[in-house]
Amino acid sequence: MSPVQTGAPHAEEAPSPTRSLKWRAIAAPVLRNKSALVAVAILAVFVFLAIFSTLIVGDDPKAKVGPVFAPPNKEWPLGTDGGGANMLDLLIAGARISLLIGFCAGAISALIGGTIGILSGFFGGRTDTALMRLTDYFLVIPDVPLIIVIAALFGRSTWNIIVIIGIIYWTFTARLIRAQTKSVRERVYVQRARALGARNSRLILRHVLPQVTPLLIANTVLLIAYAIFVETFISFLGLGDPTAISWGRLIQNAFTDDAIINEAWWAVIPPGVCVMLVVLACTIIGQTMEDALNPRLRTGHLSVRRFRVLRPSERPTMQPQPPQSQPQPQQPS
Amino acid sequence: MRNADYVVKRVLFAVGTVFVAVTLNFVLFRSLSGDAVSALRCRGCSLDFKNYQRKTLGLDKSKWEQYKIYLGDLAQGDMGRSLRTEEPVRSVLWEPIKNTVPMVALGTFFAIVFGVVTGVIAAWRRGTAADKGALWGGLSFYSMPPQWLGLVIVLFIAGWLGLPTSGVKDPTLGILSDPGFIEVFVDRIEHMILPALTLGLVVFGEYTLIVRSAMLETLGEDYILTSRAKGLSNWATVWKHGLRNAMLPIITLVALSLGFIIGGAITVEYVFSYPGIGLLIVEAIDQRDYPVLQAAFLLLTLSVIVFNLLADLLYFRLDPRVQE
Repeated sequence: MSPVQTGAPHAEEAPSPTRSLKWRAIAAPVLRNKSALVAVAILAVFVFLAIFSTLIVGDDPKAKVGPVFAPPNKEWPLGTDGGGANMLDLLIAGARISLLIGFCAGAISALIGGTIGILSGFFGGRTDTALMRLTDYFLVIPDVPLIIVIAALFGRSTWNIIVIIGIIYWTFTARLIRAQTKSVRERVYVQRARALGARNSRLILRHVLPQVTPLLIANTVLLIAYAIFVETFISFLGLGDPTAISWGRLIQNAFTDDAIINEAWWAVIPPGVCVMLVVLACTIIGQTMEDALNPRLRTGHLSVRRFRVLRPSERPTMQPQPPQSQPQPQQPS
Repeated sequence: MRNADYVVKRVLFAVGTVFVAVTLNFVLFRSLSGDAVSALRCRGCSLDFKNYQRKTLGLDKSKWEQYKIYLGDLAQGDMGRSLRTEEPVRSVLWEPIKNTVPMVALGTFFAIVFGVVTGVIAAWRRGTAADKGALWGGLSFYSMPPQWLGLVIVLFIAGWLGLPTSGVKDPTLGILSDPGFIEVFVDRIEHMILPALTLGLVVFGEYTLIVRSAMLETLGEDYILTSRAKGLSNWATVWKHGLRNAMLPIITLVALSLGFIIGGAITVEYVFSYPGIGLLIVEAIDQRDYPVLQAAFLLLTLSVIVFNLLADLLYFRLDPRVQE
């Protein structure tokens, strides 16, 4: 990763040290973007289903049993699986576990990555070198095999899986938050607070954290997508909680119950589509927020010039997004 | 001198990573409650046999001693024996490696081709339906669990293409007649295509995004304007002048995504019963054959580290602007 610019405090960007989070800064880019809005709607539907799943399908979605691999019809809107359970009920119940794993593991990753990133970026020096060296090592070690191995050794309960995924995916977050912290630390109002004798803890909690949190939230949304995605790996290898129904588990069931030989596409397709929709939605929301919040990415956008040679009348519109930010000098790459 | 410095730095970093991976491997597998022998699923094994195993594995010594033994053995390429078959792990790994490497290579090749084609089209037709289609298509595939995509391909596409969906070779081949080299080769490729295609489809979305943004950046450069002013065709401008310069990030990207590809290969091989490292890992997990699992994980990690190092050095060689 290229070095991060630390200098150049931006007078314009220095707000009064805010106590509250700038929720508007997080929400605005999402509300402005049409596909991000659709993504929010999709995610909202799944979150709703996950929260109220026990009310919708009851405590045990497998309680009502019909014929094995019945194709979709009036009684079984999405057909039945290899155990004769209603696919629709299973999907709704699966949303609960999958999203639980996604949100909790994402939160753990964000907590670890955020802490390491802020400490590293704020204190610099040896702390920074040591923490970032550690992060770099873990960045290279392939995450999916590592998670599978740890799950094989310690897994088989939902909370274990949450912790395992959570403690693996903090590396990108740590890098990102470190970069952001380094730039915030140099801003004028932080310098001023320091000159006035503010202690480190106060500087971090009152001045750095509120500025870094929007980016951390954006990143957490991406981490949720990762976590839900990687849960399907763990479950598919039979390392999931044997009593919990997640989307990954449903994919595994379809495989082990020979849905393929029975040509029961209705048992195979829906859980994967659910995973895809949620992962896609989280990716889009997270990316939209991150694009708007991460100054480094923003310079990237500005440097993109239109390829077509423009007619003179078109010249003024050469920058595709005339936007919201002051261009920063592009660092040499 | 800048050259030597950079190379030494990267190699040292890779060595450091290897050390971390090796240590992690040791810590993970030794921090289990009980030990590798008591975890073994082996009802018929006598206590004597288990104690013998413990002694040969050095499990009766202190953890620090065990770590030293482990490092020493590893340095000699000795990764222990499979708890199940008593074979040395090295020979257990060998067959699967030979199957996995070409499959993963073919999958990566598919991913690069899909990624570059869609990325270039998206950048060239920026803002049009083609751009949106390429981006959304890439992102959607990228969001699919590989094992699920594999199942869908088996369900809908395999029969239609007439390709085999399991194993690495046709068991009937060579029974009636002695097959020629070409016949065997074609048979292998046929068995490889579907798993490799699944991997390629799952991965290429990431490449699309990067190729697109690299192309957009490149297409804004002055030499592109020059090439158009010279009257070169669109084709020559985009593919020769644009893409060649935009290709650089792809090297790093392929190396970085290798971890994901290998992770995907584990479940994809399971779906297609393709007897590679992935299937070996699945079986080792199932049998709790920890020495095999440990060695397979170490092997995957080392290969990713080595490829990252190679990509760094290659990038450095190709792009004189790199400096750190």
